[in-house]
Amino acid sequence: MTDLEKNIQALREMKAVAEKGGGEAAIEKQEAMGKLTARKRILSLLDPGSFHEYDMFVKHAGRDFGMEKKDFPGDGAVTGTGTIFGAPVCIYAQDFTVAGGSLGLQHARKITKIMDHALKMQCPIIGINDSGGARIQEGVQALAGYGEIFYRNTIASGVIPQISLILGPCAGGAVYSPALTDFVFVVENISKMFITGPNVIKTVLGEDISMEDLGGARVHAEITGNAHFYAKSEQECFDQIKRLVSFIPWNNTRKAKSIEPKEPSINLDIDKVIPADPKLPYDVRDIIKCIVDDSNFLEIQELWAANIVVGFGRMDGETVGFVANQPMVLAGVLDCDSSDKAARFIRFCDSFNIPIITLEDMPGYLPGVDQEHAGVIRHGAKVLYAYSEATVPKITVILRKAYGGGYIAMNSRHLGADFMFAWPSAEIAVMGPEGAANIIFRKEILEAEDQNAVRQQKVKEYIEKFANPYVAASKGFIDSVIEPKETRSLLLHALKLSVLKEEYRPAKKHGLPPF
Amino acid sequence: MKENELVDFVVTARKYRTLLTNKYKNRPVWHEQEVGDVISLLPGTIIKILVEEGQKVKEGELILVLEAMKMLNRVAAPVSGIIKEIYVKEGDKISKTHLMLKIDPK
Repeated sequence: MTDLEKNIQALREMKAVAEKGGGEAAIEKQEAMGKLTARKRILSLLDPGSFHEYDMFVKHAGRDFGMEKKDFPGDGAVTGTGTIFGAPVCIYAQDFTVAGGSLGLQHARKITKIMDHALKMQCPIIGINDSGGARIQEGVQALAGYGEIFYRNTIASGVIPQISLILGPCAGGAVYSPALTDFVFVVENISKMFITGPNVIKTVLGEDISMEDLGGARVHAEITGNAHFYAKSEQECFDQIKRLVSFIPWNNTRKAKSIEPKEPSINLDIDKVIPADPKLPYDVRDIIKCIVDDSNFLEIQELWAANIVVGFGRMDGETVGFVANQPMVLAGVLDCDSSDKAARFIRFCDSFNIPIITLEDMPGYLPGVDQEHAGVIRHGAKVLYAYSEATVPKITVILRKAYGGGYIAMNSRHLGADFMFAWPSAEIAVMGPEGAANIIFRKEILEAEDQNAVRQQKVKEYIEKFANPYVAASKGFIDSVIEPKETRSLLLHALKLSVLKEEYRPAKKHGLPPF
Repeated sequence: MKENELVDFVVTARKYRTLLTNKYKNRPVWHEQEVGDVISLLPGTIIKILVEEGQKVKEGELILVLEAMKMLNRVAAPVSGIIKEIYVKEGDKISKTHLMLKIDPK
């Protein structure tokens, strides 16, 4: 063997040791939980053969409690670069088999190094979280590590897409890195996220709650809205991420990659989705599928605040963001959660040069003490802020109801919409006909012998006069009233017309959205 | 769409047919709070109760101690009156907005 061959041999042996992570027993335990190991996760997510690992030989920084005698391969973090469908990405994965994936200073340094790299390379960063938390033996330097990650999440926000996977426990301060990123992925029975765990709750309150009920995947996908995508298995989660990455640009100076345009499925008839009776529901996603290329729509936060639908589709091969009221759930009202969901999505689209199409059919804001006390004013204001602030092409189609504050909020002309279309079924008014008639004709109804008959008559009069798109069209608030079948071709036209759109805002350090 | 789960849902005088979310179904119900109600502002443990039912108290008088967030929180009577009912005992672990006792204001 030559010296070179010996050196290569030694390198290979060192790599093999590092790649074993926490060793056979720990790997077996990890797999028994239905979890892949950190490196396998990365390899499953990236294009085959594209992963290049960094900092494999980094040593941990613990010097107390006998830690100095222990060796943690790679300090429990696997970091590197690779590609997804050819898109460059930086990636890190916490390795639960090594010291429970606990975060010490060097573990954090590996993560912040790859984050800095992503920001410099202007490519997405993907973080796989699976960690018991701060490495307590390292004390405050572990906390420092978290802070340095949060700082970078914030600086990178709106510059490069940031994606978090919760593939194990992610508790205490650790949850705030995913919370600062753009998209959070959770997997049934595997993801656990909370600030204070079941043990603390038991000690303080005496309440027994399982990890799953407190902060499992379903809770974050349906109740808290902390998660954006919910999967039944890790493999399904990786497929969701690949699909998402195919829709978004690499950074905020680029457009998402366009693909070969495809017509929507011919099995769908846009004229047949909406019931004639405005009080009856339908699934607005069926309208979206009639409009987007290949009827291919990627919904985000499908389970949370389902009264509004947000997600990506393509029009003529280019990525477009959709925001649509969902009459099927809570009649499509705006409330605290749906406002937060829409506003955050609009801001993502605006940050990353993705035009926004708004499909409107909503009766107003959700009435209720719980909503008022939860701050629906502050939450609802986020939608106004996000739409007004956005400078990407903004197009609205009013399908049916557009009442009151909701009409203004859902990307109206008044908030800067570039194109305003309405279907003949649109009803643009201050409120629903029943409510309006009760107020306008209150005296006449009260004084009538047959109050119900007069009320019905007045409701009918109001519907005839205002429950249509033509009053708004007569003021120029709507550009054109269109037939449902024309929707796709006019949206394609509007998008084509707005490729050169430029809109400026006064210089400022940053705005103050009503968080 | 799950047609059989559609319900009537009123938004500004008009009834819509729609589905409800679990979160909406489980939303907190609002109750009016009475003047003499002493409600916990933090989850914690009742360490000491310094009053008895039927006892007269003055506004601002210390009535109980609640250990919460590693602090001993002194809870004072919000109004002067007579202690009507005490719903907790020493050692009880209680959640936030738990009704601890009622004072009949005088």
